[in-house]
Amino acid sequence: MDKVIEIRNCSAGYGENEVLNHVSLTVERGEFLVMIGPSGCGKTTLLKMINGLVAPVEGEVRVKGERLDQCNLVAMRRKIGYAVQGAKLFPHMTVEENICYVIGLERKMTREEKRALTCKMLDMVQLPPELAARFPRQLSGGQQQRVGIARAMAAEPDLLLMDEPFGAVDEITRKGLQEELLALQKKTGITIVFITHDIGEAFLLGSRILIMKDGGILQEGTKEELMAHPKDAFVKRLLCV
Amino acid sequence: MQLIKIFWERREFFLVCLLEHVRISLTAIVCAGVLGILLGIFISGRKKAAAVILGIINVIYTVPSISLLGFLIPFTGIGNKTAVIALTVYGLLPIVRNTYTGLTNVDAGILEVAEGLGSDGRQVLLRIRFPLALPVIISGFRNMVVMIIAMGGIASFIGAGGLGAAIYRGITTYNMTLTAAGSLLIALLALLSDWLLSKAEKAVNRRYGIG
Repeated sequence: MDKVIEIRNCSAGYGENEVLNHVSLTVERGEFLVMIGPSGCGKTTLLKMINGLVAPVEGEVRVKGERLDQCNLVAMRRKIGYAVQGAKLFPHMTVEENICYVIGLERKMTREEKRALTCKMLDMVQLPPELAARFPRQLSGGQQQRVGIARAMAAEPDLLLMDEPFGAVDEITRKGLQEELLALQKKTGITIVFITHDIGEAFLLGSRILIMKDGGILQEGTKEELMAHPKDAFVKRLLCV
Repeated sequence: MQLIKIFWERREFFLVCLLEHVRISLTAIVCAGVLGILLGIFISGRKKAAAVILGIINVIYTVPSISLLGFLIPFTGIGNKTAVIALTVYGLLPIVRNTYTGLTNVDAGILEVAEGLGSDGRQVLLRIRFPLALPVIISGFRNMVVMIIAMGGIASFIGAGGLGAAIYRGITTYNMTLTAAGSLLIALLALLSDWLLSKAEKAVNRRYGIG
């Protein structure tokens, strides 16, 4: 198996306060890695390190074999999908323009091309094609979130970073989105790194689960491994065992 | 009644004044608009420069317009050129301030996603930041246009043309009707421009799904 992400001994922080402390992490192709931990544990920072939004002050990050501080970061990011909580769609663009955004950064698309891509992506996230001309504010929270995922996937990345993408949607919508994401991953074989604070979501989605605390990785493993050998009281409480 | 009479009797004079007024204002609007927006973009990423430049512009803004015109005479002489420069300098404040405010108030999360999706610096500015700031920038532009047109009336005190000439002549010859007529035209011109720009503003907002 080849390594899509290699983080070696990385630390990061904003000014004085250190958020990540000598973290190492390797992610193999096709994995569905879920990171979980209390707020402030550094999971978002770790995720942003993978697409270079946060640069480590120490250590090195490799994505698909390339060191982030030595490669063309902008080009690299276009091959990494990125979806965040609340979707953060571009409010001045229609659904179609949002979905075609990443490819549009590289080259001009024809109208037919845009329409075809939008149709395909909307279908993938199970939204009706009529939504293409709508603006984000005319969509429900769940629909926005789906469009956010469509936007992240439109340029066919083989790596997808998701920062609590289902945090702001209601329970029923979330269930649907989770199942669709799993199916999508099975179909495309894409590597996903996913942040949540919901242990149920982590168990459902993750092929591997990473428990983080105080800027470090406390324990990692599959659901069964974690359940069988929780490392300490914190992990036990988190897993509810 | 008197007003209508004077407009009719001196229609050629008023037409010349009006066109001259439009020409001077328009030149100043274009200069202040381009310069102001560029300056606003420049300082939007530089906190220290922003404080300095906004400070300077604020100070200039507090100088009475008539004395600013006076200060400029030794450097640029009298006439339209000086008027355009003075009006441009005055017009800078609303447009620079609104461009700066608009650009710096865009949701940081949206900018981060834009960057994370692979936009380079220029693309973030031109495709996300500037368009999202546009409604605020346009409202600054509206402010600026009305101000420049109104202030253009004073320009004739240093020998520039425009409707101020009618006002000035009215004052010096005790012809209140002439003064009133000139003022009325300036007010109408300002209101008309503001109304047209409000249409443009609505169109932009609609395009962005806001209005």
